[in-house]
Amino acid sequence: MSGQLAAVLGTGQTKHVAKRDDVSIAGLVREAADRALEDAGLTYADIDAVVIGKAPDMFEGVMMPELYLAEALGAIGKPLIRVHTAGSVGGSTAIVATHLVQAGVHERVLTVAFEKQSESNAMWALSIKIPFSQPLVAGAGGYFAPIIRGYIRKADAPLDTGFQVVLKDRLNALKNPYAHLHQPDISMEQIIESPLLWDPIRYAETCPSSDGAAAMVIGSERAADASSRPVAWIHGTAVRSEPTMGAGRDRVNPHAGRDCAKAVYAEAGITDPFREIDCAEIYVPFSWFEPMWLENLGFAEEGTGWKMVHDGTTALDGDLPINMSGGVLSSNPIGASGMIRFLEVANQVRGTAGEHQVDGARKALGHAYGGGSQFFAMWVVGKDKPK
Amino acid sequence: MRDVAVVSFAQSATRRDQTRNEVEILLPVLREAMAPTGLTTHDIGFTCSGSSDYLAGQAFAFVSALDAVGPWPPIQESHVEMDGAWALYEAWVRLQHGDIDTALVYAFGKSSPGDVARVLSLQLDPYVTGPLWPDAISLAALQARAFLEAGHDEKDLARVVARSRRNAVGNPHAQLSGDIDEATLLDEPLYADPLRMHDCPPISDGAAVVVLAAGDKARELCERPAWIRGIDHRIDVQALGSRDLSQSASTRLAGEKAGVGGRADLAELHAPFSHQELIVAEALGLDETATSINPSGGALASNPVMVAGLVRIGEAARRLSAGEGERAVAHATSGPALQQNLVCVLEATS
Amino acid sequence: MTAEPITGIVTPIRLDYTYTPGTSPSQFLRGMKEGRILGRRCPSCAKVYVPPRGGCPMCGVEFAEEVRVADTGTLVTFAVVNVNFANRVIDLPYVSGEVRFDGSDTTSMVLVQGIPVDQVRMGMRVKAHWLPRDEWDFTFANIDYVEPLDEPDADYESYKEFV
Repeated sequence: MSGQLAAVLGTGQTKHVAKRDDVSIAGLVREAADRALEDAGLTYADIDAVVIGKAPDMFEGVMMPELYLAEALGAIGKPLIRVHTAGSVGGSTAIVATHLVQAGVHERVLTVAFEKQSESNAMWALSIKIPFSQPLVAGAGGYFAPIIRGYIRKADAPLDTGFQVVLKDRLNALKNPYAHLHQPDISMEQIIESPLLWDPIRYAETCPSSDGAAAMVIGSERAADASSRPVAWIHGTAVRSEPTMGAGRDRVNPHAGRDCAKAVYAEAGITDPFREIDCAEIYVPFSWFEPMWLENLGFAEEGTGWKMVHDGTTALDGDLPINMSGGVLSSNPIGASGMIRFLEVANQVRGTAGEHQVDGARKALGHAYGGGSQFFAMWVVGKDKPK
Repeated sequence: MRDVAVVSFAQSATRRDQTRNEVEILLPVLREAMAPTGLTTHDIGFTCSGSSDYLAGQAFAFVSALDAVGPWPPIQESHVEMDGAWALYEAWVRLQHGDIDTALVYAFGKSSPGDVARVLSLQLDPYVTGPLWPDAISLAALQARAFLEAGHDEKDLARVVARSRRNAVGNPHAQLSGDIDEATLLDEPLYADPLRMHDCPPISDGAAVVVLAAGDKARELCERPAWIRGIDHRIDVQALGSRDLSQSASTRLAGEKAGVGGRADLAELHAPFSHQELIVAEALGLDETATSINPSGGALASNPVMVAGLVRIGEAARRLSAGEGERAVAHATSGPALQQNLVCVLEATS
Repeated sequence: MTAEPITGIVTPIRLDYTYTPGTSPSQFLRGMKEGRILGRRCPSCAKVYVPPRGGCPMCGVEFAEEVRVADTGTLVTFAVVNVNFANRVIDLPYVSGEVRFDGSDTTSMVLVQGIPVDQVRMGMRVKAHWLPRDEWDFTFANIDYVEPLDEPDADYESYKEFV
């Protein structure tokens, strides 16, 4: 444990949908922040600083939007920090907020992450044609599909593994009122029959594009002890980065992810993650990333993660439930997606996850990654105060 | 709070650079900053950078810049979509945990590829003010007008510019320098009334790197470390009609929290426009007769956007380490018309 | 007074940028103009990068010597793309391949043609198909696509580290 103790005092998120045209960007982040404060039993006056994260500014067409959002987040006259670490940003943002408390700089920090993709064109933003760059751009799926093919080859995994993941996550999403995709009639046939966009990835195996925001209040030990609401103690945080284009880097099982997992377990005092972690929310934008990350996170031996998908280990009632909320496959406000992972596991150990609550969850892992599988952010939260 | 110091600083020459990309600008600066410390990437506990995608005109600009660090094996790293001064703040916070002793902070930015004054108007709220496309210079001019109306004279602006250019003569990294008297400056035509061209910053591309270390590690790495005695940042409301543009409430508050106390041998203030230096100095209670203001020439001499704030901290620290003073104030700003401000108090003693 | 809510306004944003590729990429693009694939070698780890960017990302140092790599290579992995994106229109489905050109230590994303989509394999040996010489410009797009070479597939172990 480095620094002082910190805990999640409250959480809030918006109902994730394709298009929130009833609110501005400011209205969207305010909604999540209001809910987090209400959940913590606090007001904006109790907040010392705000840490905000989102993915590239071009997704909304506003440069450094936190400047304009400061007022909506009650940050006037306070410190405000804007984090951007690609897809991992929601996780990294929560970690920066945690560090402010652990360092003893602040008592209570509001952290917020969002994306309002409907206000601009994210696909356009990702495909701006730089004259001298490599020309073949086929979206995020075009980048990750060859890596998934590599995983299937390396692990000799059955081809229906991805379908199993989607079915599980979309069924879980039905228990989460905030999830974007609610597909009560989802079936294996429906998934298999969905168009093959980037073979081996089918349409049903991809995440949606959502408008949404997430927020948490992180507080010191004193603030947590004083709270009448359930809190989630932060047992460990870790970030790791490696270069996208490094020659010889393993993109299927990235070094940075393995190191990050080791670091977060060490800080949380965990020696056997599979036994000691009760459930996890991990960043799975394409179905196959569930088995890949299970290996990268040390829950399964290399090349065997897919077995946990097939034998029900990762189901809501399995030994290691994964993405109880429905995960990124069911809601993807990009910049917020990492924070939602962190927030959902905080709710699990607080016992406030609602219908998708894992009985008796005491210790849980939140995970986010970004870029070309090169930026990682993780935390372990627990019901009990760290010793 | 744990004692943390700037132990090394390096910056690129600032100019329009149509030869090198961001990584190529950054690489030699990183090497120069690391060299005196004897540290390598693998010795650094935490790395944090600041930059902006819109400046580069492409999403994820910071991703390729990380190549310059050589993050292999993987490193503990973070990035703020802000001026590098805030990356330094994040690194300072990280050092407070006590488990690591060193941090690497860098910032890079090329303002020349796009029309930076127009790019910066995308910082405005996207529904009401942004669609009007007021550019950054016009917004600064509105503020300058408010400042002059509040009882100041354009001679004050000329005095700031003349001093800045004069001080920059001794700064090899500066773009604009020279000995020009105030009367000559005031003879220049108005550019964005009441601002003249010289009241505005040059277009600069550049990079800067700071190495931070805590406690004994700092003393080991640097003969005369510049200790961070206080650091704080605050933000004002953005809407120009909702604040008094002739003052900077957030600078005043950050200065109080950082413990400026009106005392400094030298101050590096991030004021891209001449009138902003006067607003910031006033908010920090700094008096030109007692404190050397912008001995480097400041942002009026070179203004690599996203970098210039970190350069202020680096310049102030470098000068303290070189024995030019014992106490310095460094300031960084972000957003239209000084919306967000960071203040850092540094001290060095033999 | 009640009014219909405003649910959106359209603000066109136009910003023009003049990009600078940088020293190493410029050298690569000049090679392309002449029909050559030029990589750069890292003086520290000796790996060859195609195309080179700023410096070796694993070592954090500037590149050293220029290395000409072959326009033949191995398809290490690929995706079959069934959906087109705004700025690229190719007959569907097409194969987006990651090719390690012989002599390079990195892979490049290239279009794979000249073979039915369902016959494309990991490990397939391929060769660059260049646009006609008079169409060559300072761009990677001078390589229109790669097509199969009449050679046995590479052994999995020989390209595993690039997957």
